[in-house]
Amino acid sequence: MRKDYEKQLNALEARLKQAEARLASQAAPAGQLPVAQAVPSSAPTVAVASSPPSAGTPPAAPAAGKGFNPDIALVLAGSYASFSKDPTQYRIPGFLTGGEIGPGVQGFSLGESELTMSATIDPWFYGSMSVALAADNSASVEEAFIQTTSLPGGLGLKAGRFLASVGYQNDKHAHTWDFINAPLAYQVFLGGALAQDGLQLKAVLPTSQFVELGGGIGAAGEYPSGTGNRKKPGTGTLFAHTGGDVGASNSWRAGASMVWAKAYDRPFEDIDNGGNPVTNEFTGNSRLAILDGVWKWSPNGNSSSTSLTLQGEYFRRLESGSLVYDAGGQALADSFRSAQSGWYAQAVYKFLPEWRVGLRYDRLDVGNVNASSNTENLYLPSYSPNRTTLMFDWAPSEYSRVRLQLAQDRARYGLTDNQIMIQYMMSLGSHGAHGY
Amino acid sequence: MKRLIPIASTVLLALGMQTARADIKVLACEPEWGALVKELAGDKASVYVATTGLQDPHRIEARPSLVAAARNTQLVVCTGAELEVGWLPLLIRQSGNSAIQPGKPGNFEAAAYVRKLEIPDRLDRADGDVHAAGNPHIQTDPRNIALVAEPLARRLAELDPANASVYQARSADFMARWKAAIQRWDKEAAPLRSTPVVVQHKAFPYLQQWLGLMEVAVLEPKPGVEPTSAHLSAVLAGLQARPAKMILRAAYNDARGADWLAERTKLPIVVLPFTVGGNEQAKDLFSLFDDTVQRLLKGAR
Repeated sequence: MRKDYEKQLNALEARLKQAEARLASQAAPAGQLPVAQAVPSSAPTVAVASSPPSAGTPPAAPAAGKGFNPDIALVLAGSYASFSKDPTQYRIPGFLTGGEIGPGVQGFSLGESELTMSATIDPWFYGSMSVALAADNSASVEEAFIQTTSLPGGLGLKAGRFLASVGYQNDKHAHTWDFINAPLAYQVFLGGALAQDGLQLKAVLPTSQFVELGGGIGAAGEYPSGTGNRKKPGTGTLFAHTGGDVGASNSWRAGASMVWAKAYDRPFEDIDNGGNPVTNEFTGNSRLAILDGVWKWSPNGNSSSTSLTLQGEYFRRLESGSLVYDAGGQALADSFRSAQSGWYAQAVYKFLPEWRVGLRYDRLDVGNVNASSNTENLYLPSYSPNRTTLMFDWAPSEYSRVRLQLAQDRARYGLTDNQIMIQYMMSLGSHGAHGY
Repeated sequence: MKRLIPIASTVLLALGMQTARADIKVLACEPEWGALVKELAGDKASVYVATTGLQDPHRIEARPSLVAAARNTQLVVCTGAELEVGWLPLLIRQSGNSAIQPGKPGNFEAAAYVRKLEIPDRLDRADGDVHAAGNPHIQTDPRNIALVAEPLARRLAELDPANASVYQARSADFMARWKAAIQRWDKEAAPLRSTPVVVQHKAFPYLQQWLGLMEVAVLEPKPGVEPTSAHLSAVLAGLQARPAKMILRAAYNDARGADWLAERTKLPIVVLPFTVGGNEQAKDLFSLFDDTVQRLLKGAR
């Protein structure tokens, strides 16, 4: 009898505490809200009394339940792929590539799961880290940076590892791409995307037209810089973006970027003229220019049900230095120069609130490659690699997407690779905001 | 020399006018807050409104134009309660504007001053796009506008002390007119009490609470999920047991779900402006509620 009574009492107490906690977590005038018919004037005066004079005080109602934990967002992705040509033999002739190249793996594969944690650190800094967990049980740090939030003059400084804000797609994480894989030009010239370990400074100008200028420096390491001397910066960037609206229905952004990279013994898996695998190494300077543009249309700017996005980027790279042919064997060194380019253009149309269709065309121009005495050893067919990609995707909510992608990949000389890929991408946890 | 004097005085006059109109620059996330700032500040504020009444405020992109506007503003006035979670944090970060970072006086969150409805008991995305802080569509109840107006006027005065008296006076004037208007709307809308309605999105709980409308069904199976045919059929079946008088949707909602149901039930669709600029009639805060009440009365007839 007494036990029951106590139990009830405890339960009541707990409920009371809950109610109190809820009230406390709510707005300043909580509990004083006028009921349906009440005169509203009493409430605002209460608000005056109970909300402190606001200089720098945090909003009266912190987002419920988050405490001081960082925002955690987990992206789960997986795919099934069928390629008519062996992807392990994938190469793009005539280009000294590095980083992530090729369409991916055959059959089922766990795509990259990505875990991102981010939060405001204090009134002066923001920090974020993204770790990619790959199918081979390896984890890699995609980004881990801090960013200032209180510099004057529209300035923002990032430090750590970050995706450089060059081009359009470069600083976007793979799960926000419109196609499963990166454009060929990104694969060839940036190894998928340029991440820097270093500093990046950006400034948004105080103009009514959006103008953003920035630049960064990064340690040597990842393609397109090389292994070796980490004392000197390996990559440098400069970029400028501008953009705006045209009426309520259209918006655009355009930009120009430069990437400088110093390569020290940058290795490159190639085949020789006889088709045998060979490893070459490049040492020298790499200069890449990127022009990018995107145009988005949606009726009245309401992209939730209908929208069209046009996007394109042009790349041109000059490299000069020396090439060691067959570094592990004959090691024939001689001077090397190349001037190469590539571009892609894509259109993605959302025709129903949950459905989109997209088309992308990729093309690379081998351009001029002069490896002096090594030229005859290199496999340099006169050929423009290209690819056509079609995709459909369905996103029943903001957090899930299933995608079918069909491609004809003619990157390899004389071979057409018909590719079918199906992919899912799901996002768990905090609502990540996606960039324009 | 004589010729120079009028030129110089014109230039000085122009410069003087510039300093006299030392506007405070405000970026309002939604049109209702832009309209409220105009009521409270008049020509002392230049207001840039990030969204229109025809856009879904959940799904805006951090467009270049908005980044530029955020860069140049002294105050952002937004709903908060996670309504803009998909774009505002990014906009603020990309702007490089230290004055509008969360926690700074230049960052004003309207929902913080209002008691929110539909605070979920559990947070699970299986329930759709729920907002942990409660339903963010607070602007559909004019009493909430009143709750936001005074702290907003104080914030304007804090950031622009030179014009503090203007904000105070305009705020008092606005509150008087607003109180009178609410009494008028209460009277006009009295016949709407207990009217059963179907809503497209859970966008109107504050309006429903204010006017005593009864929500009998929602077209979205879960918040933020577009109506499916299976769910619409279930709504249709449910309406036979609990009939409704009208279907409510906001101007920015996709029309298809509501049209489908209206065709089968012969219920009128009432497209509410939802915010200032949601239709031609809703030109400012007063006409927004004038029009909302009129449309509801017409739908209930």
